[in-house]
Amino acid sequence: MTLSQQDRAAVETAARQIRIDTVRMVHAAACGHPGGPIGMADFMATLFTRHMNLTPETLNQPDRDRFVLGNGHTCAGYYSILSQKGLIPRDELLTFRKMGSRLQGHPHRTPDMGIDFSTGSLGNSLSVALGMALAAKSNGWDSRIYSASSDGESQEGQIWEAATAAAHYGASNLTVLVDFNNVQIDGYMRDVMDVRDLRAKYEAFGWHALDVDGHDIDAIDAALVAAREETERPTALICHTLIGKGVSFMENQPGWHGVAPGDEDARRALVELGIEGAELEAMMA
Amino acid sequence: MIATPELAPLFDGVEARKAATRNAYGEALLELGASNPDVVVLDADLSGSTKTKAFGKAHPDRFFNMGVAEANMIGVAAGLASQGKVAFASSFAMFATGKAFEQIRQSVCVPELNVKICATHAGLTVGEDGKSHQMLEDVTIMRVIPGMQVIVPADAVEARQAVLAAAEIPGPVYVRLSRASTPIVFSEDYRFEFGKAAMLREGGDLAIVAMGVTVAAAIEAADILSGMGIEARVLNMSTISPLDRDSIASAARDCGAILTAEEHQENGGLGEAVAQAVVGTHPVPMEMCGMSGSFGQSGTGDELLAHYGLDAAGLVARAQQLLNRKQA
Ligand SMILES: Cc1ncc(C[n+]2csc(CCOP(=O)(O)OP(=O)(O)O)c2C)c(N)n1
Ligand SMILES: [Mg+2]
Repeated sequence: MTLSQQDRAAVETAARQIRIDTVRMVHAAACGHPGGPIGMADFMATLFTRHMNLTPETLNQPDRDRFVLGNGHTCAGYYSILSQKGLIPRDELLTFRKMGSRLQGHPHRTPDMGIDFSTGSLGNSLSVALGMALAAKSNGWDSRIYSASSDGESQEGQIWEAATAAAHYGASNLTVLVDFNNVQIDGYMRDVMDVRDLRAKYEAFGWHALDVDGHDIDAIDAALVAAREETERPTALICHTLIGKGVSFMENQPGWHGVAPGDEDARRALVELGIEGAELEAMMA
Repeated sequence: MIATPELAPLFDGVEARKAATRNAYGEALLELGASNPDVVVLDADLSGSTKTKAFGKAHPDRFFNMGVAEANMIGVAAGLASQGKVAFASSFAMFATGKAFEQIRQSVCVPELNVKICATHAGLTVGEDGKSHQMLEDVTIMRVIPGMQVIVPADAVEARQAVLAAAEIPGPVYVRLSRASTPIVFSEDYRFEFGKAAMLREGGDLAIVAMGVTVAAAIEAADILSGMGIEARVLNMSTISPLDRDSIASAARDCGAILTAEEHQENGGLGEAVAQAVVGTHPVPMEMCGMSGSFGQSGTGDELLAHYGLDAAGLVARAQQLLNRKQA
């Protein structure tokens, strides 16, 4: 199933906004992690605009969907999509990482903003998401629990303890989207610590696991639909992405994991993302 | 006790020189790599940040990047050490001690192995990454393990020597290092002695016992207090375990009041360690400057130190409260 042109355009607009906001937030903070969220923008936009039922109206419903950002360092993009959904005031985004801000360097559980869990330490997230999934099942809710993870986080042993348990308990309401960009802090995965075929690994652990082009919005959407339709097993979507996708000089560059763009690079990035003229000058002021 | 060593010019109108203790760690590892063929180094996908990368370049056959898998890293370090290696293992303090506490206890300390955990990005001065990365409990959970020896260098000069010493000291060692550039306290002539505090300043009105990045603040606070007619003794307590109880007992006896300063939880940290020694030797009033049971938050290192009262102004205020209690 492919999306209508209009639906696809809506997701593309949200993804582009994640990229723009990420550049601006990390630039304004003068520190942070731009590459990950820019690479995850397409699947985060698809998930939050078309699947997660999180809005200001549903915010306080106990049985709404939940989300855990396992690779918490990529939170600039998470804050962006939450603000696009009306859960974080737009003008708060540029307080990111500053003293007193609600937008901490790694997510802090804040019910008012729809931030469902505190993260930042890699490896902890899938267990927590599983706990939420088991709670939803035991309450008889048909809500879904989503978690984002990464290839780097997949090196933590606890991920595989959670994977074993999620399959054991048939947590079919749990979906993990793994940002597989082949990059971690010290370099490319194959040079640091190869995690190999994550789809095959999740499958061997008893999961419904799919390889997905993490920049193909139709494919991501179809995979999220398949995850909903699965009734026995948890689903792992191995989203193959490029770190920094959409900003040419960041693409596939491990160096952009955790370095803020300076003025010149921020400007270049925004231009590549289609910002120009007075709008660009206002953003850079 | 190390008798008043010469200090680097910190505050006499000269802008303090700064360096990060993690950089000194990287340099010391290179020295060890050249001098000791048994030294091996492990990291967990942070070798650029912890500064183990240079060792890895120089000795690729003795360097193991374990990926984002700290518990496994400590277990592997223990296995290497059991076969005669001197294994240095690094990550951020949060993850090196937090993720791998049980492995450190069971696989390193119980069998008394030569694993040297040198953890960087400790404390508030990690800054904007926020509470998930600001490790403020590591000294507590390391010093409580039997046999674990804990060193918190005050500056880069001491850090280099502490790392070289760690390679020689038998058994498990934990060295706590910082991300941020912090003032150089010591002149190059300073000689670190494991297990010994250094008296950085004489004084009889109160003693300030500090570790790590708060040592520079303690010296600055002592200067300010001196301007108010209050003379503070300053002790650099860089070895937390085993603790230099004699220096603490003399400070209690000579000064009659002790203020501790640490970029760490007061619970279980330096303050409590000193209090334990004080009540066991010569009880006097004490105040503790540290984290009073809260997590940190995003901000710059300097903003955070000031916010939590761990800069010179914060220490001066607490010193005055302490002196009121001493006189009461
Ligand atoms: C337990 C833990 N260990 C180490 C870190 C430091 N760290 C943050 S991100 C990261 C690399 C993770 O790789 P990945 O999530 O794939 O990063 P990206 O692709 O976004 O660059 C590391 C080691 C951490 N946050 N948590
Ligand atoms: Mg990655």
